[in-house]
Amino acid sequence: MGKHTLTARQYGILALVALSAPLGDTFLSRGMTQMPTVTLDHPLSLISAVFTPWIALGIALLIGFFASYLTALSWADLTFVLPATAFGNVIVALLARVWLGEQISIERWAGIALITVGVGFVAQGPSRTERPEEIAARTESESQEAAQ
Amino acid sequence: MTGFWAATAMIASVVLTSTAGEVLTAAAMKSIGDLDLIREKSGMKGAIKAVVTCPLFFAGVFFLAVAFFALLFALNHLNLSLVAPASASLTLVTNAIAGKIFLKENVDRRRWAAAILVCVGVYLLAH
Repeated sequence: MGKHTLTARQYGILALVALSAPLGDTFLSRGMTQMPTVTLDHPLSLISAVFTPWIALGIALLIGFFASYLTALSWADLTFVLPATAFGNVIVALLARVWLGEQISIERWAGIALITVGVGFVAQGPSRTERPEEIAARTESESQEAAQ
Repeated sequence: MTGFWAATAMIASVVLTSTAGEVLTAAAMKSIGDLDLIREKSGMKGAIKAVVTCPLFFAGVFFLAVAFFALLFALNHLNLSLVAPASASLTLVTNAIAGKIFLKENVDRRRWAAAILVCVGVYLLAH
């Protein structure tokens, strides 16, 4: 078992990372556009913004993103997690088309296709680089199993 | 009107500080070990303690905060439609390079291809 494969739970955490960041940004953006203009003369109005529903939900999603992102980095490589999570942008673009009826230009469809293919590439490979000590431990346990 | 080199320097600042933050955070999480296992063993408190007692984690968060302010500064001078896709997509490639050099990750042809495809894809999607 040299190849590190993910469990269903770990795929769930990656999905959470992918979706919570773009959704959190979208909620923040929606909340901030509904607010009256914030100026440097009244910086405290930013604090009251935190308690509006869209912004509070956006912040909760971004906290969830950071927690699940840290968890993912504890068992997978950075070069595996980052491309995989970029797939969230694709899902949000498709949701915006289905729910909000937004038009998707040919350029954006091309972007969706490239991200999907890129994520397919990275998902086929191992999630984590095996360290020399891990390889040694694995070889030892395999040779013990073979001896029995 | 911001010149080409000034715009390049602003985007490069966002990309480099963000890459430093991501790599340091990833190094911190690698040094801590599987958080799911730690949580099973010592509960949520144990998992939080493992993260907040790691100096590398704070170094990572510091650079991520600097990247955030560099992004705000860039947005003050440049269009969102340039800064957001350029920094998001370039960071994927610089992270692949930094991951290979500093984290000794096995960035094989498959991961290079993924980084470049997703980089172009994010640019097209966000532009």
